[in-house]
Amino acid sequence: MSHDPEHCKEIFALLSEYLSLELPPEACQEIDEHLSGCPPCVEFVESLRKTVDLCRGYQPSAMPAPLSAKARGDLEAAWKRMLEGRAT
Amino acid sequence: MSAVVTWCGSPESAALESGQSRPVEKHQEKELAIALRNGEPGAFDRFVDHFRSKVFGYSWLMCGQREDAEDVAQEALLKAFENFDQLQDPEHVRSWIFRIAKNACLMKRRKSVFAPERELSLEEFLPASESAGGIRRLEIADWSHLPDGRLLNLELRQELQEAIAGLPELYRAVLLLRDVEDLSTEETAQILDVSTDVVKTRLHRARLAIRRKLDTYLRGAQAVRP
Repeated sequence: MSHDPEHCKEIFALLSEYLSLELPPEACQEIDEHLSGCPPCVEFVESLRKTVDLCRGYQPSAMPAPLSAKARGDLEAAWKRMLEGRAT
Repeated sequence: MSAVVTWCGSPESAALESGQSRPVEKHQEKELAIALRNGEPGAFDRFVDHFRSKVFGYSWLMCGQREDAEDVAQEALLKAFENFDQLQDPEHVRSWIFRIAKNACLMKRRKSVFAPERELSLEEFLPASESAGGIRRLEIADWSHLPDGRLLNLELRQELQEAIAGLPELYRAVLLLRDVEDLSTEETAQILDVSTDVVKTRLHRARLAIRRKLDTYLRGAQAVRP
């Protein structure tokens, strides 16, 4: 398949939707066909796929401080009011 | 900012060390919301532990300050309990809580400490390439041996965190909700009051920005490898 840099750019704009399976079948097929003949685009897609995987596995390195007695009491009181409201 | 680069271990290990209950998976949130609404024993503590951590993580990266993030988490949970009857479908408790959290973040009315607000263009993320012998090669790192997120080394985790923190706010919010919190395009659009097309556009550019930042890091790391 001949390499067309303009087609690579068109594909480039759609890659997140492609990876998120949010493209119509025809568009997916067009990208699949392009990728089958364009190793640089394949390499780029794989690096983007890995990026998405890393973001999905990301967890913040900080945790909130333990809940103070007052903050916990305020939340519990609000929850109990919610339960009382549902019972009436 | 020191809070961004302070590594405290995984949330799971921190939760276990502090005596908190086991982490709640996304598919268990609906049951948890129903248990909370029914006043079942243990539901309150599990709900608070789970969503307080989640909202804190989002708010910390959106507000940039630990104290703001803790305030937002507390305010979001209080509002959630006060308005729990407005949660029409417990299946969507996560997106409902994050909508409250997003509004609580906005109430802080602080400019982001991470990155100045600007639009990201698609063109700036097109990778450079070189041709040799009629074969085009991209000038990018070798990503093939990167482990998955949970096995990343500390340095790469920090690089990822700084890359997320460095995104302009509009893009950071979309990436956190779509990829980190695993919300749908539609849910993210509702939370942020934008169209689904806007979510898709911003998500793509956010991912490309993260990819480029990590690529730069990997190329540097691979260049010094013996």
